[in-house]
Amino acid sequence: MRRLIIAAFASAIMTGSVFAASDMQKVRMGTEGAYAPYNFINDKGEIDGFEREVGDKLCELAKLDCTWVKNDWDSIIPNLVSGNYDTIMAGMSITAERDKVIDFTQEYFPPDPSAYVALKGAADKVISGVVAAQKATIQASHVASTKATVVEFATPDETLAAVRSGEADAVLADKSYLEPIVKESNGALIFVGEDIVIGGGIGIGLRESDGELKAKLDVAIASMKKDGSLSKLIAKWFDGKMVKY
Amino acid sequence: MQMCVDPDGLAGLSWWLCYLTTNTHYSFYLSFGTILILIFLCAPVVMVLGFAGALSRRSRFLPLRTVGLIYTSMVRGVPDIVFFMFVPIAMDQAIEAIRHKVKCPEVTAPIFQGNDFVVCTAAKMPLSATDQWVHEIYGFFLALVAFAIVFGAFAANTLHGALAAVPKNQLETARAYGMSEKQVFWRIHLPQMWRYALPGLSNLWMILIKATPLLFLLGVEDAVYWAGALGASKTQIYDFPHGDWRIWYFSALLIFYLLLTSVSERFFKWLTLKVTREHNLNTDDLSSGVTA
Amino acid sequence: MSCADTFANYALRAIGIGARLLPKSDITFCEQVVLIGSGMIWNIYYGILAIMTGFFFATALAVARGSERQILSKSAEWFIFIFRGSPLFIQFFFAYELFVLFPKLSIDIPLGFVTIAADTRWLTKAWFGALVVLFLNTSAYSAEIFHGALKAVPKGDLEAADAYGMSGFARFRRIIWPTLLRLAWPSYTNEAIFLFHATTLVFLSSFPAWRQKGDALYYANYLAEKTFNPFVSYPIVAGYFILLTLSIIMVFSLVNRRLNRHLEPGQRSKIKYRPQVILTR
Repeated sequence: MRRLIIAAFASAIMTGSVFAASDMQKVRMGTEGAYAPYNFINDKGEIDGFEREVGDKLCELAKLDCTWVKNDWDSIIPNLVSGNYDTIMAGMSITAERDKVIDFTQEYFPPDPSAYVALKGAADKVISGVVAAQKATIQASHVASTKATVVEFATPDETLAAVRSGEADAVLADKSYLEPIVKESNGALIFVGEDIVIGGGIGIGLRESDGELKAKLDVAIASMKKDGSLSKLIAKWFDGKMVKY
Repeated sequence: MQMCVDPDGLAGLSWWLCYLTTNTHYSFYLSFGTILILIFLCAPVVMVLGFAGALSRRSRFLPLRTVGLIYTSMVRGVPDIVFFMFVPIAMDQAIEAIRHKVKCPEVTAPIFQGNDFVVCTAAKMPLSATDQWVHEIYGFFLALVAFAIVFGAFAANTLHGALAAVPKNQLETARAYGMSEKQVFWRIHLPQMWRYALPGLSNLWMILIKATPLLFLLGVEDAVYWAGALGASKTQIYDFPHGDWRIWYFSALLIFYLLLTSVSERFFKWLTLKVTREHNLNTDDLSSGVTA
Repeated sequence: MSCADTFANYALRAIGIGARLLPKSDITFCEQVVLIGSGMIWNIYYGILAIMTGFFFATALAVARGSERQILSKSAEWFIFIFRGSPLFIQFFFAYELFVLFPKLSIDIPLGFVTIAADTRWLTKAWFGALVVLFLNTSAYSAEIFHGALKAVPKGDLEAADAYGMSGFARFRRIIWPTLLRLAWPSYTNEAIFLFHATTLVFLSSFPAWRQKGDALYYANYLAEKTFNPFVSYPIVAGYFILLTLSIIMVFSLVNRRLNRHLEPGQRSKIKYRPQVILTR
């Protein structure tokens, strides 16, 4: 079990530092740091991305003193329930299976379709061939339940490498993750087949015993939706994507 | 560096200079230090656990001997990877559960609530409020303990074998000279043992070095983690976009490990020669003493 | 679902027989034991094949290492150094990256009664690619043991063989090799045990799992992720490995008894070779 993967340089206390830190509740925010543009480690070594910006804003609104913590995707839920951090913001879709074990706030990102990507010139039928997916994702279990042959890799990057090398015919992942990659591949990679909606929207994962924190974050998310700042951030990070809350 | 402020305009050598001096790259370079720190801190702990294991296996007291036997057999039975998968998280929870009992006796709610592991705020280890670097050190410390437990069992096996390999007549001779059991152990048995233990211990050191890529399983951001993270292809969202460069980063790792093992091998060869020479002198002294 | 049903569905899941979908929720203890047990098929497969094939290559390497021809001894030395000097984890990574680069070729191998079309794509699949890595790795480690044992073969044995007029392969086959095995066997037993342990690295590193067919650790990982609890599935793997290790020790000590059968019980301990290497990776 990968315990804490800890950001060496992301250690500074984030938004909270402008307030008197002592009387604010300290919250440790867990994320993966390998899923641009949701969350990634930028070249300065800090956690960056859409979720970082939303998370910091939410902490400011809810008057929480937040610290970001990196954790490997495989063990991100076990480490939440054993209390190594208090929230998960890692592009995690709200699903019934996960909801049994942890709680989610209301979504801060609408249900994102998953899409298939293949090499240039591939026909639509490749989606029932060999399909790569990241281990322990909703996409991996989706492919396992279709006629296609699922190949599982530890990181999303390796799934794309497998498509490029011809190991896999296609990859299934969140569309918003794939979009910049397809765009920058100069036509080498294309979307194939139809998009599918597998999971629900993306919410903040919390321990079931943490009702108070959940309530605070829910209020903060609602206010960000209301004043339009959440939609603005989504447009900023996801290439002008329009979401109306 | 000043020129690195706007990476988009860079090309050629200056691009490389800026790329290789990003904070993430410094973390990568430092992670090699983490490996070295781990093995050097681990070695003495491993030796202590090894002696404890070996001596308890030789104990006349049956329960102690059983504990020693189970501990030393453990590494032969269970792969270290499997062990690393759940023991650190178990240690972490055990420590917090004990602290919970001690620090918050007034809390009556159970520690395991469904899936959640809930201890009071004061029992958190380290406290949630402490700075991130404390959490990092604690994570590293747990990894160190996990490594030490596994490799301590290896050391116990080696030391047990070495203690048994010292010729009986040497010990009997010492007893005949009127030495007490304690004196026999400290003056004869222990010094004589090193020669037999050295090959095993040098091998153990190599094993320890080669096990360090598993550090990432224990949640430490080691060189393997950074090689994977930095080598992965980067889109324009990053300052320095590039393709899949993992192979180059892993090559650096490979060279590092080959250097480390070959230097170690040379050192142990030298040490073995030295110890063997001393040992021969010692036995000569001893036997000439007997015949005199 | 009763435990017998679970057994029918998942006992051979790791090799693709039985239920197609893995259990997803409300996972029982029985399902964990059966599924992880089915994963052990791969650990045993890798271990046995790598040891059996590696044994012969290791003997060749050990002889080459002791050879008087520089080119032979140097190349054997480098091979052993690279595989013993680097972590297996990194070897798996490089092997996979390299195997992916191979052009997709198909070679027909006639086996007399049937022709197999060997495919370079096999190399990127764990069942073959990871086996190749484990084979090379165990060959290097075993060669180091055999090389040490080779140097410890008593001079008298060789002189006696010379006196009988034996030479070349006959001398090696009938005099050196049996003694070498007898000397090396205790350390070789260790190597075998740790090779089986190393098989758990296969799906942890670069080789992807196809159709969710993986080894014991792969399933333990999957189940820990589905149940969000690492304290059941990993100890099950540990339990299976303790059983496996005990059986390896049993088999190897049977061989050991056969190797030493010509010696009087009291004599058996006389030939002592203190191994310079115990092993893992």
